Amino acid sequence: MENKNFLPTFDPSKGMEFGIYTLGDHLADPHTKKRISAKQRLDEIVEMAKLAEQAGLDVITVGESHQDYFVTQAHSVLLAAIAQATEKIKISSGATIISTSDPVRVFEDFATIDLLSGGRMEVVAGRASRVGLFELLGYDLQDYEELFEEKFELLLQINQKEYVTWKGKFRAPLNEAHIIPRPLKGHLPIWRAVGGSLESAARAGRLGVPMYQAHLGGPAVVFKRAIDIYREYAQASGFDAKTLPVATAGFFYAADTTQQALAEYYPHINEGMKKTNGQGFPKQSFAHSQDKTSIINVGTADQIIEKLLYQHEMFGQQRYIAQLDFGGVPFNKIMKNIDIIGNKILPAIKKYTAK
Amino acid sequence: MKIVLLSGSNVGSKTRIAMDQVKQTLTEKNPEHEVSLLDLKEYKMEFSDGRNYLDYKGDTGYVVTQLMAADVIIIGSPIFQASIPASLKNIFDLLPQNALLNKTVSMVITAGSPKHFLIAEQQLKPILGYMKANVVQNYVFIEEIDFFQGKIINDDVLFRIEKLVEDTIILAATYQQILAEHEDQYGF
Repeated sequence: MENKNFLPTFDPSKGMEFGIYTLGDHLADPHTKKRISAKQRLDEIVEMAKLAEQAGLDVITVGESHQDYFVTQAHSVLLAAIAQATEKIKISSGATIISTSDPVRVFEDFATIDLLSGGRMEVVAGRASRVGLFELLGYDLQDYEELFEEKFELLLQINQKEYVTWKGKFRAPLNEAHIIPRPLKGHLPIWRAVGGSLESAARAGRLGVPMYQAHLGGPAVVFKRAIDIYREYAQASGFDAKTLPVATAGFFYAADTTQQALAEYYPHINEGMKKTNGQGFPKQSFAHSQDKTSIINVGTADQIIEKLLYQHEMFGQQRYIAQLDFGGVPFNKIMKNIDIIGNKILPAIKKYTAK
Repeated sequence: MKIVLLSGSNVGSKTRIAMDQVKQTLTEKNPEHEVSLLDLKEYKMEFSDGRNYLDYKGDTGYVVTQLMAADVIIIGSPIFQASIPASLKNIFDLLPQNALLNKTVSMVITAGSPKHFLIAEQQLKPILGYMKANVVQNYVFIEEIDFFQGKIINDDVLFRIEKLVEDTIILAATYQQILAEHEDQYGF
């Protein structure tokens, strides 16, 4: 079956793509107990994107959040600022909560950023793990799944066709509506964000859309199941699973020694998770993450390279996206991480994954 | 330690009477701890709809936040229809999957019939285990006949409550200490 979705293209000869993502959390640095201002945090995210570009990373991703301890309520505005500040790095949302947004406006915004950035925009649409935004924006949590499916499919339709006729439950109908501006190549790459739900992975496969999978912790093999299901359902729905890209994303922190990486990063994860998710990250689980088979990419450059190659062999993903600023990581450490990625990790990953 | 006593019923008075007794014993014997009693009858609780516990507001948000912040939880529960009451099950449903990790949890059960003795063993303990609680294996089982005019009149029950309180504190304090020593060994 012909896939009507517009798929991002990857050049296998260049190896796996490497990016960074931020959810725009705005938390105190647990080592100093100090929290920077919202302005400084936003400025530093733009700065982080510039550094990522200079270090040769492929993509910078920013997620939408509407709760306490975040600054990315208007993530598309921040992405536009990043587009202006950079020249070649791909720009992605991750995730845009399409359930509580109007797909027409989402497409208008991102198509505009795509034009301004010279065709660098991608969209990752998700369902939200925290749900305060439903009440904030006037939606009913009871419609959590239905809202996402309806609006996500409308977004895909708008992406496929310039004139859209559509009728649904949660938005006024569209009658040959002309949805402009069109992105530089006419379409945007649109991914489906998948958390822990296998059913969501199956739906991504059925729709033939690229899958963006976020991980917290645990052995890498646990996450392979969702990727396998995604590809099985894509194949069974008539798509060629080999053409469908997969991206994986999760916690990342590099330092000169393993011990330093663990000691520096653990308080950020533990305190950050407490504030944003209500439960800390068990120290025991974090200690276990030193093993090669763990999905958490924390340690020295060599350890992380080994882990990423292990994960790549298992997942066969086209893109890996590191979350290295979570929980109030100070900017000098963010700089140091990007430096280690650019100088050591990226060249090795590209070399060993290029086909 | 932060100790929360949870009276898990919206119906009747015996579970609350038993939990008041637990509270009195605790505050007399262990005044150094922070003890609070949450009686679900006094709160307007919403049914769980699957959201993160931080996203509940009002009484529901207050109760789940208190429980999540506790080091020790002592659950008081009646037995209805050969099971725990819906009000208590709702609390478990409101909390996240591993909500009781590193928390010590013990149980005080009130029932109208001795036939209900194994209900806590077979229905409540598996839930606590699934939610990763450090469970005090023995529980206090109090029958209707042990109460009279708003008081526990069976001295044996009072001794058993005293023992349960001691066992709970011993297990919690020991576990916290060993866990802290173990975590120090990680070196981060």
